[in-house]
Amino acid sequence: MTQYRVAIHIVPRRGILDPQGKAVADALHALGFSVVTDVHVGKHIVIELDAESPEKAEHAARSMCDRLLANPVTEDYEIASIEPLYAESRQ
Amino acid sequence: MKFGVVTFPGSNCDEDAVHAVVDALGAEAVRLWHKDHDLKGADVIILPGGFSYGDHLRPGAIARFSPIMREVIDHARKGYPVLGICNGFQILCEAGVLPGTLLRNERLKFICRKVTLSVENADTLFTSQYERGQLLRIPIAHGDGRYTIDPEGLEKLHDRGQIVFRFADVNPNGAMDNIAGLVNEAGNVLGMMPHPERAVDPLLGSTDGLPLFQSLLARVGA
Repeated sequence: MTQYRVAIHIVPRRGILDPQGKAVADALHALGFSVVTDVHVGKHIVIELDAESPEKAEHAARSMCDRLLANPVTEDYEIASIEPLYAESRQ
Repeated sequence: MKFGVVTFPGSNCDEDAVHAVVDALGAEAVRLWHKDHDLKGADVIILPGGFSYGDHLRPGAIARFSPIMREVIDHARKGYPVLGICNGFQILCEAGVLPGTLLRNERLKFICRKVTLSVENADTLFTSQYERGQLLRIPIAHGDGRYTIDPEGLEKLHDRGQIVFRFADVNPNGAMDNIAGLVNEAGNVLGMMPHPERAVDPLLGSTDGLPLFQSLLARVGA
């Protein structure tokens, strides 16, 4: 078993009103960042887990997203990265 | 008949619900703890308002996996009455017992005030003591009450008469179609953002919530 660190991005689904993203976009415009065309505010979740392979780590992380971490009605998620934690790997 | 009121860590309207049932309605209430594995003979389950598990991740997302929820979901699937108020509504949506979900209020603010609701369906277990179109003054107190569902789901709610309460004057939170409360397809589970248990005593400025509990007593208690 190897320990992996899995990073997950969860964002509001496109088309669903995201008042937080809009408020941030308005603030960025007010600061002069006129190039900003859209903002979405979501969550970044980092999970450390034991798995036999990166594929199994990803599978487990997706299952966690489906059951708890993301709301299937309004949110989309993506696995942003999967890194082995060699220094802490165990036999 | 007996009402069961569930307390999760972070619930803060459980005592108000017990007060409404026992003191205002004159019925029996049993307190249920989130770690319980049985409903102690309760006929109607109330999931009260509050901030279960600190609203971490999403309101209701963690509470739905509490041990008691297995029994509550089973109770609902068997057709027995379940009432989710505010955080209880959020928990029922997260559990998939009710369709859709509740997102941050459109203006990103917690809103605590009395609102006007219209009764859209008076032919449910929960609303038989109201009349269709009746206007009610009932308080809301939430930061995440913007009811949201996909377009097909919304159409189904319309077609099946599942929308029970709407915000009648202003839409305080940006809820789709002014939805303040709805029932599941079978009609035995009601979720609503407003707090009927806070409107059962003239001292608090409104008794418009009391007929909801009387409706349950009339239909279930008979």
